[in-house]
Amino acid sequence: MDLVMPSVGLIFWATVSFVILLVLLRKFAWKPILTAVNAREESISKALESAEEAKKEMANLKSSNEKLLIEAREERDAMMKDAREIKAKLIEDAKTEASAQGEKMIAQAKEVIENEKKAAMAEIKSQVATLSIDIAEKVVKGNLSTDDKQKELINGLVEEVTLN
Amino acid sequence: MLRKTNLLLLLFSFATFALNANNPEEHSDHSDSHELNAHDEHGGKFDPVPMIMEHISDAHEIHWWGHGHDAVSWPLPVILWTNDGLVTFMSSEFHHDNEGKHLVEKGGQQFVRSHGKIYYASNELNKEGNYIALNNEGEALSKPLDFSITKSVVGMFLIMIILLLIFTAVARSYKKNGGIPKRLTGWMEPLVIFIRDDVAKPNIGDKKYAKYVPFLLTLFFFIWGLNLLGLTPIGFNVTGNIAVTMVLAVITLIVTLVSANKNYWGHIFNPPVPGALKPLMVPIEIVGVFTKPFALMIRLFANITAGHIVILSLISLIFIAQNAGGDGLAWGMSLPSMLLVLFISVLELLVAVLQAYIFTLLTALFIGMAVEEHH
Repeated sequence: MDLVMPSVGLIFWATVSFVILLVLLRKFAWKPILTAVNAREESISKALESAEEAKKEMANLKSSNEKLLIEAREERDAMMKDAREIKAKLIEDAKTEASAQGEKMIAQAKEVIENEKKAAMAEIKSQVATLSIDIAEKVVKGNLSTDDKQKELINGLVEEVTLN
Repeated sequence: MLRKTNLLLLLFSFATFALNANNPEEHSDHSDSHELNAHDEHGGKFDPVPMIMEHISDAHEIHWWGHGHDAVSWPLPVILWTNDGLVTFMSSEFHHDNEGKHLVEKGGQQFVRSHGKIYYASNELNKEGNYIALNNEGEALSKPLDFSITKSVVGMFLIMIILLLIFTAVARSYKKNGGIPKRLTGWMEPLVIFIRDDVAKPNIGDKKYAKYVPFLLTLFFFIWGLNLLGLTPIGFNVTGNIAVTMVLAVITLIVTLVSANKNYWGHIFNPPVPGALKPLMVPIEIVGVFTKPFALMIRLFANITAGHIVILSLISLIFIAQNAGGDGLAWGMSLPSMLLVLFISVLELLVAVLQAYIFTLLTALFIGMAVEEHH
């Protein structure tokens, strides 16, 4: 039964040993160890936090970049569209102007031609009239040399008039 | 799972303990045959029980090998508080006597040692054949208080020094390496964090655990270190000594009671049960305060002692075989015996850390119950 009878000396020394060990380890080991571990854990969690923040910031930056890019693209598209429209309009305008000019020129030309034609016609007419008078003078001079012939002419004319 | 394993180990240990505990009565008739070479004196009979009992008991010297006057051992200081005050001398003055036959005279008083205990001695042999001083009724006089630096005390000091060296080195390494755990620190830090995060925090609670971490850490490493020391061939059996486990359990009890809050005391003296049951429950609760550390004390003591007994019994098989069938059988027995010892030793390595863990865990649990807020 000695086995389960605690001896006084060992109780004393076990108490002394444990208490001294507790005090010494607490002061020289556990406190510095736990402080160091806590400090490291804190710094790790802080580092993780800041990394997370940086990640978020990066994501923000990226999204804002993308937004800018999209905006720029839109702007470019709008500008292209405008340019295209302007070009079309310019061409259109040029075309209309050109055709108008052409028409105008054609009209002027026609007018000139008409005038020239009229002038020519008038000249031809006067020429023809002169010629006709000349011819008629000569014919009349020949035909109306005798009375008969004069009579014949008058008769002829009279007939024509009647026919008409 | 853990609880089951522990229960099994506990049952196992009690079974072996009970088996072995019966034997000392039977053999007490020739109890002076407790030396390993007893079979020379007693007709070639080897008796494992005294040998085992001697190996798991505390001693006044560190015994290496040999028997009687040929024994090679380191003497340790004997410190006695006698009727006339303090008396100190080295245990070598007993000249390896452990049967009350060698008188040591110091400070005008005489002492003898018998079975690891120191008695007042008289000049005349008593009828048992030793010098233990007896009173009129034939009983030994009350012994002087023995505060000797025994083998177990040396074991505790050794573990103290080792733990201090290891953990102050670990503490220093943080400063040196800028908080990065390297080498030894890399090995020790997970254990420290394990006790903090998996033992203290969940059982005591996030708000209050920090105060108790140093205590739990000291407890865990002290018990584990002593358990491991017990597995060395030098054969320390410190955590298998009821005095040591008692001290640890009492410290746990004191820490629990000192940190207990109103809620805890309320649960004990005014348990939340119907009024009629209160007279029944209050004594049960009060007993419960003491049974918890008591179980701690017995569990650690029984597990470690049982491990030692099993290993020593298996080694004894060789000598028992020698008794039964001569040297040939002894040699034949040695291999299976050694294999079994190896197996149990490995199991004991597990038990060493498991018991340290369980003791610490339950301590944390008891503290947690004591500081728990009302909810």
